[in-house]
Amino acid sequence: MLELIVIAAMIFCAVMAIRAQRLLTSAIYLAGCSALVALFLYQLGAPEIAVIELSVGAGLVTILFVFAINIAGDDPAQHPPILPKPMAWVLVLMAVVTAATILLPNYDTILPLVSEPLDDTLWEKRTLDVILQSVFIFAGVLGVLNLLGETTYDQEKHS
Amino acid sequence: MTVSVAVASVCAVFGLVGIGFYGLMMSRNLIKAVVALQIAVKGVLVAMVLAGKLNSQLAVAQSMALTVLVADTIVAVLGLALAVQIRRHFGSLDTTEISTLRK
Repeated sequence: MLELIVIAAMIFCAVMAIRAQRLLTSAIYLAGCSALVALFLYQLGAPEIAVIELSVGAGLVTILFVFAINIAGDDPAQHPPILPKPMAWVLVLMAVVTAATILLPNYDTILPLVSEPLDDTLWEKRTLDVILQSVFIFAGVLGVLNLLGETTYDQEKHS
Repeated sequence: MTVSVAVASVCAVFGLVGIGFYGLMMSRNLIKAVVALQIAVKGVLVAMVLAGKLNSQLAVAQSMALTVLVADTIVAVLGLALAVQIRRHFGSLDTTEISTLRK
Protein backbone atom coordinates (compact mmCIF):
# COMPACT_ATOMS: atom_id res chain seq x y z
CA MET A 1 0.00 0.00 0.00
CA LEU A 2 2.82 2.38 0.93
CA GLU A 3 4.48 1.64 -2.42
CA LEU A 4 1.36 2.78 -4.29
CA ILE A 5 1.21 6.05 -2.32
CA VAL A 6 4.90 6.71 -3.07
CA ILE A 7 4.32 5.93 -6.78
CA ALA A 8 1.34 8.32 -6.93
CA ALA A 9 3.30 11.11 -5.21
CA MET A 10 6.26 10.48 -7.55
CA ILE A 11 4.08 10.84 -10.65
CA PHE A 12 2.40 13.95 -9.19
CA CYS A 13 5.79 15.63 -8.56
CA ALA A 14 6.96 14.72 -12.10
CA VAL A 15 3.80 16.19 -13.68
CA MET A 16 4.09 19.37 -11.61
CA ALA A 17 7.78 19.71 -12.52
CA ILE A 18 6.79 19.75 -16.20
CA ARG A 19 3.69 21.93 -15.75
CA ALA A 20 5.22 24.55 -13.42
CA GLN A 21 5.43 28.05 -14.93
CA ARG A 22 8.59 29.11 -13.13
CA LEU A 23 11.88 27.24 -13.48
CA LEU A 24 12.62 27.42 -9.76
CA THR A 25 9.29 25.73 -8.89
CA SER A 26 10.11 23.11 -11.51
CA ALA A 27 13.50 22.44 -9.88
CA ILE A 28 11.91 22.10 -6.42
CA TYR A 29 9.33 19.59 -7.73
CA LEU A 30 12.17 17.68 -9.42
CA ALA A 31 13.95 17.49 -6.04
CA GLY A 32 10.74 16.12 -4.48
CA CYS A 33 10.46 13.56 -7.28
CA SER A 34 14.10 12.52 -6.66
CA ALA A 35 13.48 12.09 -2.94
CA LEU A 36 10.40 9.93 -3.63
CA VAL A 37 12.33 7.85 -6.19
CA ALA A 38 15.00 7.32 -3.51
CA LEU A 39 12.32 6.16 -1.05
CA PHE A 40 10.89 3.82 -3.66
CA LEU A 41 14.33 2.37 -4.44
CA TYR A 42 14.79 1.73 -0.71
CA GLN A 43 11.45 -0.10 -0.65
CA LEU A 44 12.59 -2.18 -3.63
CA GLY A 45 15.58 -3.36 -1.56
CA ALA A 46 18.35 -1.21 -3.03
CA PRO A 47 19.44 1.03 -0.12
CA GLU A 48 22.87 1.91 -1.55
CA ILE A 49 21.43 3.37 -4.75
CA ALA A 50 18.66 5.03 -2.71
CA VAL A 51 21.20 6.90 -0.57
CA ILE A 52 23.20 8.01 -3.62
CA GLU A 53 20.03 9.09 -5.44
CA LEU A 54 18.92 11.08 -2.39
CA SER A 55 22.24 12.86 -1.95
CA VAL A 56 23.06 13.37 -5.64
CA GLY A 57 19.61 13.59 -7.28
CA ALA A 58 17.80 15.55 -4.61
CA GLY A 59 20.81 17.43 -3.25
CA LEU A 60 23.60 18.16 -5.71
CA VAL A 61 21.49 18.38 -8.87
CA THR A 62 18.94 20.70 -7.20
CA ILE A 63 21.72 23.02 -6.04
CA LEU A 64 23.15 23.06 -9.58
CA PHE A 65 19.70 23.84 -11.01
CA VAL A 66 19.13 26.70 -8.58
CA PHE A 67 22.63 28.01 -9.33
CA ALA A 68 22.09 27.85 -13.11
CA ILE A 69 18.62 29.47 -12.87
CA ASN A 70 20.17 32.19 -10.71
CA ILE A 71 22.76 32.92 -13.41
CA ALA A 72 20.59 32.43 -16.51
CA GLY A 73 17.48 34.07 -15.09
CA ASP A 74 13.95 32.77 -14.68
CA ASP A 75 11.88 33.56 -17.77
CA PRO A 76 8.19 33.26 -16.81
CA ALA A 77 6.93 34.06 -20.33
CA GLN A 78 4.98 31.19 -21.87
CA HIS A 79 5.88 30.31 -25.43
CA PRO A 80 3.67 28.06 -27.53
CA PRO A 81 5.22 24.59 -27.95
CA ILE A 82 6.70 23.50 -31.27
CA LEU A 83 4.58 20.35 -31.52
CA PRO A 84 0.80 20.46 -31.11
CA LYS A 85 -0.27 18.97 -27.76
CA PRO A 86 -2.43 16.11 -29.16
CA MET A 87 0.43 14.97 -31.38
CA ALA A 88 2.83 14.84 -28.41
CA TRP A 89 0.27 12.86 -26.38
CA VAL A 90 -0.23 10.40 -29.23
CA LEU A 91 3.54 9.90 -29.63
CA VAL A 92 4.06 9.36 -25.88
CA LEU A 93 1.10 6.98 -25.62
CA MET A 94 2.32 5.00 -28.63
CA ALA A 95 5.79 4.61 -27.09
CA VAL A 96 4.42 3.63 -23.66
CA VAL A 97 1.83 1.18 -25.01
CA THR A 98 4.42 -0.49 -27.26
CA ALA A 99 6.87 -0.90 -24.38
CA ALA A 100 4.10 -2.14 -22.07
CA THR A 101 2.95 -4.71 -24.63
CA ILE A 102 6.47 -6.11 -24.83
CA LEU A 103 7.42 -5.91 -21.15
CA LEU A 104 4.32 -6.55 -19.02
CA PRO A 105 3.77 -10.25 -19.95
CA ASN A 106 7.30 -10.99 -18.68
CA TYR A 107 6.56 -9.71 -15.20
CA ASP A 108 4.27 -12.56 -14.13
CA THR A 109 7.00 -14.56 -12.39
CA ILE A 110 9.33 -13.42 -9.64
CA LEU A 111 12.53 -15.38 -9.08
CA PRO A 112 13.85 -15.92 -5.54
CA LEU A 113 16.27 -13.18 -4.51
CA VAL A 114 19.93 -14.21 -4.30
CA SER A 115 21.69 -11.82 -1.98
CA GLU A 116 25.10 -10.84 -3.28
CA PRO A 117 27.10 -7.97 -1.76
CA LEU A 118 27.22 -4.86 -3.94
CA ASP A 119 30.90 -4.09 -3.29
CA ASP A 120 32.06 -7.46 -4.67
CA THR A 121 30.02 -6.97 -7.83
CA LEU A 122 31.01 -3.33 -8.28
CA TRP A 123 34.75 -3.53 -7.58
CA GLU A 124 35.55 -7.01 -8.91
CA LYS A 125 33.06 -7.92 -11.65
CA ARG A 126 32.31 -4.47 -13.06
CA THR A 127 35.65 -2.68 -12.84
CA LEU A 128 35.13 -1.06 -16.25
CA ASP A 129 32.04 0.72 -14.86
CA VAL A 130 34.11 2.22 -12.05
CA ILE A 131 36.72 3.50 -14.54
CA LEU A 132 33.92 4.93 -16.70
CA GLN A 133 32.40 6.66 -13.67
CA SER A 134 35.78 8.26 -12.89
CA VAL A 135 35.93 9.63 -16.44
CA PHE A 136 32.35 10.92 -16.10
CA ILE A 137 33.14 12.65 -12.82
CA PHE A 138 36.21 14.30 -14.43
CA ALA A 139 33.98 15.56 -17.27
CA GLY A 140 31.50 16.83 -14.67
CA VAL A 141 34.21 18.74 -12.84
CA LEU A 142 35.15 20.42 -16.13
CA GLY A 143 31.48 21.29 -16.66
CA VAL A 144 31.20 22.86 -13.20
CA LEU A 145 34.40 24.83 -13.88
CA ASN A 146 32.77 26.05 -17.10
CA LEU A 147 29.68 27.14 -15.12
CA LEU A 148 31.74 28.96 -12.52
CA GLY A 149 34.59 30.27 -14.70
CA GLU A 150 32.53 32.50 -16.94
CA THR A 151 30.94 34.16 -13.90
CA THR A 152 34.32 35.29 -12.66
CA TYR A 153 35.21 36.55 -16.15
CA ASP A 154 31.98 38.58 -16.34
CA GLN A 155 32.49 40.03 -12.89
CA GLU A 156 36.01 41.09 -13.86
CA LYS A 157 34.70 42.60 -17.09
CA HIS A 158 32.01 44.64 -15.32
CA SER A 159 34.27 45.84 -12.51
CA MET B 1 6.77 -8.06 -3.13
CA THR B 2 3.65 -9.26 -4.88
CA VAL B 3 3.05 -9.34 -8.61
CA SER B 4 0.55 -6.44 -8.37
CA VAL B 5 3.17 -4.21 -6.76
CA ALA B 6 5.60 -5.22 -9.51
CA VAL B 7 3.05 -4.26 -12.18
CA ALA B 8 2.36 -0.96 -10.38
CA SER B 9 6.10 -0.30 -10.32
CA VAL B 10 6.34 -0.96 -14.08
CA CYS B 11 3.45 1.47 -14.56
CA ALA B 12 5.37 4.05 -12.49
CA VAL B 13 8.38 3.52 -14.75
CA PHE B 14 6.26 4.06 -17.86
CA GLY B 15 4.66 7.11 -16.22
CA LEU B 16 8.00 8.74 -15.41
CA VAL B 17 9.52 7.99 -18.83
CA GLY B 18 6.33 9.15 -20.60
CA ILE B 19 6.18 12.41 -18.63
CA GLY B 20 9.88 12.97 -19.37
CA PHE B 21 9.40 12.42 -23.11
CA TYR B 22 6.33 14.67 -23.14
CA GLY B 23 8.30 17.42 -21.39
CA LEU B 24 11.16 17.04 -23.86
CA MET B 25 8.78 17.40 -26.80
CA MET B 26 6.73 20.27 -25.40
CA SER B 27 9.26 22.50 -23.66
CA ARG B 28 11.11 25.24 -25.51
CA ASN B 29 13.19 26.28 -22.52
CA LEU B 30 16.62 24.61 -22.31
CA ILE B 31 16.63 24.29 -18.51
CA LYS B 32 13.10 22.81 -18.61
CA ALA B 33 14.37 20.28 -21.17
CA VAL B 34 17.11 19.21 -18.71
CA VAL B 35 14.42 18.80 -16.01
CA ALA B 36 12.38 16.59 -18.38
CA LEU B 37 15.46 14.51 -19.22
CA GLN B 38 16.14 14.02 -15.50
CA ILE B 39 12.59 12.75 -14.96
CA ALA B 40 12.91 10.26 -17.83
CA VAL B 41 16.23 8.95 -16.50
CA LYS B 42 14.71 8.52 -13.02
CA GLY B 43 12.17 6.20 -14.61
CA VAL B 44 14.96 4.22 -16.25
CA LEU B 45 16.78 4.01 -12.90
CA VAL B 46 13.72 2.53 -11.20
CA ALA B 47 13.28 0.13 -14.15
CA MET B 48 16.85 -1.17 -13.82
CA VAL B 49 16.58 -1.82 -10.08
CA LEU B 50 13.14 -3.41 -10.54
CA ALA B 51 14.43 -5.68 -13.31
CA GLY B 52 17.37 -6.70 -11.11
CA LYS B 53 15.04 -7.50 -8.24
CA LEU B 54 12.64 -9.54 -10.38
CA ASN B 55 15.53 -11.48 -11.97
CA SER B 56 17.32 -12.00 -8.62
CA GLN B 57 20.39 -10.05 -9.76
CA LEU B 58 20.00 -6.98 -7.58
CA ALA B 59 23.75 -6.38 -7.08
CA VAL B 60 24.46 -6.24 -10.83
CA ALA B 61 21.42 -3.99 -11.36
CA GLN B 62 22.55 -1.66 -8.56
CA SER B 63 26.06 -1.33 -9.99
CA MET B 64 24.64 -0.55 -13.43
CA ALA B 65 22.14 1.89 -11.91
CA LEU B 66 25.06 3.62 -10.19
CA THR B 67 26.70 4.19 -13.58
CA VAL B 68 23.41 5.54 -14.97
CA LEU B 69 23.08 7.87 -11.97
CA VAL B 70 26.61 9.26 -12.40
CA ALA B 71 26.14 9.69 -16.17
CA ASP B 72 22.77 11.38 -15.61
CA THR B 73 24.27 13.85 -13.15
CA ILE B 74 27.09 14.71 -15.54
CA VAL B 75 24.60 15.18 -18.39
CA ALA B 76 22.64 17.58 -16.15
CA VAL B 77 25.81 19.51 -15.26
CA LEU B 78 26.92 19.82 -18.88
CA GLY B 79 23.39 20.69 -20.04
CA LEU B 80 23.10 23.45 -17.45
CA ALA B 81 26.56 24.79 -18.32
CA LEU B 82 25.56 24.85 -21.99
CA ALA B 83 22.27 26.59 -21.14
CA VAL B 84 24.08 29.28 -19.15
CA GLN B 85 26.59 29.88 -21.96
CA ILE B 86 23.77 30.02 -24.57
CA ARG B 87 21.89 32.53 -22.39
CA ARG B 88 25.03 34.69 -22.30
CA HIS B 89 25.68 34.56 -26.03
CA PHE B 90 22.14 34.63 -27.45
CA GLY B 91 20.30 36.37 -24.60
CA SER B 92 17.60 33.71 -24.54
CA LEU B 93 16.93 30.15 -23.43
CA ASP B 94 14.22 29.59 -26.06
CA THR B 95 15.25 26.86 -28.49
CA THR B 96 13.52 28.46 -31.48
CA GLU B 97 15.11 31.86 -30.89
CA ILE B 98 18.64 30.48 -30.71
CA SER B 99 18.25 28.40 -33.86
CA THR B 100 20.33 29.87 -36.70
CA LEU B 101 19.33 27.34 -39.35
CA ARG B 102 16.45 29.38 -40.80
CA LYS B 103 18.33 32.67 -41.03
